[in-house]
Parts: sequence; C-alpha cells; structure tokens
Amino acid sequence: MVDISVKIGKLKLKNPVMSASGTFGLEYGELLDINSLGALVLKTITYEPRQGNPAPRIAEVSSGMLNSIGLENKGLEDFVKKKVPKLKGIKIPVIASIAGNNAKEYAALAARLGRIAKIAAIEVNLSCPNVRHGTREGLIAQDAEATQDVISAVRKAASCALIAKLTPNVSDISKIALAAQKAGADALLVANTFPAMAVDIETGKPRLGNITGGLSGPALKPVILKMVWELYNKIEIPIIGCGGIMDYKDAVEFMLCGASAIQVGTATFVNPAAPVEIIKGIGKYMKEKKMAGPGQLIGKIKVGSLWRL
Amino acid sequence: MKQLMLEITGNKEISEGFYRMRLESAYLAANSKPGQFVEVKCSSGPDPLLRRPLGIHRVVKGGIELLYKIIGRGTGLIARMKPGDTLDVIGPLGNGFDLSPHRGADILVAGGHGVAPLVALADSLVNSVGRIVDREKRGIHVFIGAKTAKHILCAKDFGKLGCDVHVATEDGSGGSKGLITNSLAAFLNTIHYPLCTTIYACGPTGMLKAVAGIAMEKHIPCQVSLEERMACGVGVCLGCPVKVTRSPGHQVTGFEYKMVCKDGPVFNAEDIAW
Repeated sequence: MVDISVKIGKLKLKNPVMSASGTFGLEYGELLDINSLGALVLKTITYEPRQGNPAPRIAEVSSGMLNSIGLENKGLEDFVKKKVPKLKGIKIPVIASIAGNNAKEYAALAARLGRIAKIAAIEVNLSCPNVRHGTREGLIAQDAEATQDVISAVRKAASCALIAKLTPNVSDISKIALAAQKAGADALLVANTFPAMAVDIETGKPRLGNITGGLSGPALKPVILKMVWELYNKIEIPIIGCGGIMDYKDAVEFMLCGASAIQVGTATFVNPAAPVEIIKGIGKYMKEKKMAGPGQLIGKIKVGSLWRL
Repeated sequence: MKQLMLEITGNKEISEGFYRMRLESAYLAANSKPGQFVEVKCSSGPDPLLRRPLGIHRVVKGGIELLYKIIGRGTGLIARMKPGDTLDVIGPLGNGFDLSPHRGADILVAGGHGVAPLVALADSLVNSVGRIVDREKRGIHVFIGAKTAKHILCAKDFGKLGCDVHVATEDGSGGSKGLITNSLAAFLNTIHYPLCTTIYACGPTGMLKAVAGIAMEKHIPCQVSLEERMACGVGVCLGCPVKVTRSPGHQVTGFEYKMVCKDGPVFNAEDIAW
C-alpha cells in the first residue's frame, strides 16, 4: 500500500479525501464506509437555528448544479446535544463547520466546539454577509480585513486546527488567503460554490426560490483548479481543494496544482461511492507513477515548458 | 437502502411519453414499500449530472417496476435504455404510505403520472389480510384524472385488483369531463363511506391541495405523496424542502421545513402548509 497520508496543520489524515460541508451525513453510512475517509466535514452550524431558503433549493445546470439551501440548521445547542453523541462510531477526524454574523459569534461557536474532544478541527465558512458599519457589504470572504478579524477571533477562541473556507468570487484570492494565513489559519479551503442563477423560460421565473444560488460540480472545476495553482506558490499553509471533483483524476489534478487534500461534495450525490473510489484511485495512480508519498504529487505540476513559450 | 447496478428487463412506452421499466432486484422486491422511490442515474457522464427520483410503481417477482413520464433530458435518456442495459439505482428511499391495520375503505386519487406509486399501494392493500372479505364496506375506490383519455394510465391494473375505478379527463375524452377532484367530492357526497376510511393521493400540487381540502372538510385522514427537485435523495443536502405547519398543542405557530426525500415523500395532508 502506498502511503497517502497527509498533514493539515496539527491534523493527520490517513488519506487526503474529505467530505465537503453540507453534502455529507451519517445517512451515507448505509452506502459507504465513512471511516475510510480522510476526514468527515459536517454541515455548517450557526449560533441560532436557521430555517433556510424556500423551495426550489436545487437546480440542475449543464455539468453542474445550483443550490440555495440557506444554511438550514438547528443551531449550536442542538448540535452539541443531539448531533455530537451520534458521532460515537466515527473513528476519523471530525471537522465542524461554522458560520456567524460577526467575529464575536464565530468566536463563540469556536470556543464551544473547541471544548468537544470529538471535534478535531474547525472549518470557518466565510461566505456570510459582511456586516460593517451597519451595512452589508458583500461577504466576509470578499474582504481581507473582515477575514482577518474573523479568523483571529476564532484562533483566540479555539486551539484546534482551523481551516478558512474561501469564496472563489473575488478579484484576487491571494489577498484574502494571505489575510487568513496571517490571522492564524492552519489551512485554506479553496473554495466554496460560485454565485450563479438559472431561469425557467416557460414560467419566466428563477429556478431557485432564493433567485440565486451557488454553482458546484464539474462545471466549476477548472475555475477552482486555477485558484489552487495560483495560491500554491504564494501561501505557506496547506491548501484543501474543493470544486467539482468527481473522480480520482480530478483529485490528482488538484494535488498536482498544490492541494494537500481535497473535498468531495456534489460527486457524492451523484455517486455515493465516489469518495471511496477516489481514495483507491489516488493510491493506484501514485503506485503506477512510482511515487513514495503525497510529497511527490502535491504541487508537482510541470509548468517549466509552458513558461518558455 | 443500497446503491445497486441493476439489469433492465423491460422498458416500454405504455402511452405517449409514458414508460414502464422493469428492473431485476431481489433486494428491492423484498425491501420496497408502496410510496417509496429510487434515485436513478440517467447518464454515465457529468451531464445531466443529478439522479432522477422515480416512484416505485409495482413490486413484481424478483424486482420492481417504475412508471415515468419523459419530462426533460434525464428521463429522455432513461427512456432510451434497452432491456439488458445496466442501471445505477439507489433505493428504496423515503418513508412510503402508512398502511395502518383495522381499515375501512381506501380511496386512491391520482393525477397524471402520479398514478405510479398508487398501483403498488393498491396491490398491498388488496393483498393484506382480510382485504377482500367485504368489498362493499372495505372497498378500494380509485380516482384517476388526466388531461385526455390517452393520459389515463393503469385503469386496467386497478380493475384487475378488484378496485372500483373512476376516471375523469379535462377534455372529456375519457370518463367524466372535468377535474378528478370534482368526481371525488361528488362521490363522497353520495356514498356512505365507512369509518376508518383513508385517502391516499399523488399528483400535481394543485390537485393534492384540492384533495387535502376535501379530506379536511369530510374529516377523512389523507396521505399525500409529494414531488420536489432533489440532489442526494437521502436527507443529507436539505435540497427538497416542504413547508409543514408547526403546531405545538394544536396551535399553529408558523412553519418548519421537512425534507421530501427523507421525511416524505408521503405526508399527512393536514400537516402541509398549503
């Protein structure tokens, strides 16, 4: 067996494949062995319960899907009391995902979750409205200063590994990435879904109840891949690639571009066996290429000849 | 539930745009309940991307049948599949109809291809213990509505099961002219139905809402099978919400979202915030 274990800050993963937040739950335990994953990332929780967006929340588009779930969740207390006990049988690192209205709320969530032994790391979902000076100006992850504030607050509140989840909808992702790194993030998750919409021409109405949503799936992959490659040489902390990874070939592409680990989301809906097949595929690929470890794969894209063109 | 690679043993157009597919699976035959569904992969590539939820139409020896309508590209691709082809299926999914014991009469109301899961339901009702003993009192009354006569599906199947079948078409080309909900209301006004009668309905939302209204007025318990766009089909992505009234102590205090795939697709009609 090829060693495909990777390290994300303090976190050791037996393989680089994680579930993407909001696309995985213990329900999938009937269809695949959850403990074979590198890590389990849970659905984003907020301090207070959130009802989520009206239907339809899903729209299929060419080689992708849009979602506008609206962070529906039952809130922090329900999570701690009801969800955490159900994680008893999970032997792999469990990563909680959090979202808040401001730095203080993020910190409160992190402080509470950081005390739970079962939670190995916290993923900070920064795709939340950026409330500054009483007005909403884009998302936190679109503002380097706000990103730094939130990550710093979370860093002070919890000692476990922190992953900053970025939005791809920015003019220069490296500015946001550097802000997150400076504030103490242990890894970057590149990236969340891309804002998008679709219209039903028969009714003339948007195909999502929330009008707009986030694009995921194969259509998004090349966009995110380029961001990972761009960040790899500018950032010191590990990058986790996430965007339209459907099979091991996609995962290897991301790793060649510099991702230390990857997350699988939409692919699981299409093929619940996808995460497990990707893990096996990465191992097989590395064996065929005679790679001793992931160090020989991560960031090893051969761009030399292209530079000379 | 399982993810299965199943052999297609039949896939025929039974009426314009409507297909019946047979899948070989001892597992699904043994584990499927009426009202449950499966998620079917309609292409081997990334487009169309998502699976299609299709109601289990009938449980047959060694397998199941699906009845579906070509709605878009996904179902169009499924319709082109041939016997001998392999289909990637996840199921059975969802809760299914609640078939409680000590029953009275059963009233099944179908709109368009909403008839699909009701055949499996009628099958179960007929074949459960003591069903046919007293057909007069404990009969199964089926109401099928559609646009035109050629869109009326499965009337013969219900007939074979000994059900009392009523048909209505919007253009009057088959059965009585008008909405099937009018036929249902007229029926309930004229006959003396026994206690413990239950209504089961599947079809377009407008029809289900009308059926729910009639059931409420007559104080007849009513179960409706809903449809919604889905991604995962197993309750993970929270992509298929339906508004359910929240009523602690029978006082309605707003609504909450339930998931059609996991909490449903069958709901008590009175719980839905229509």
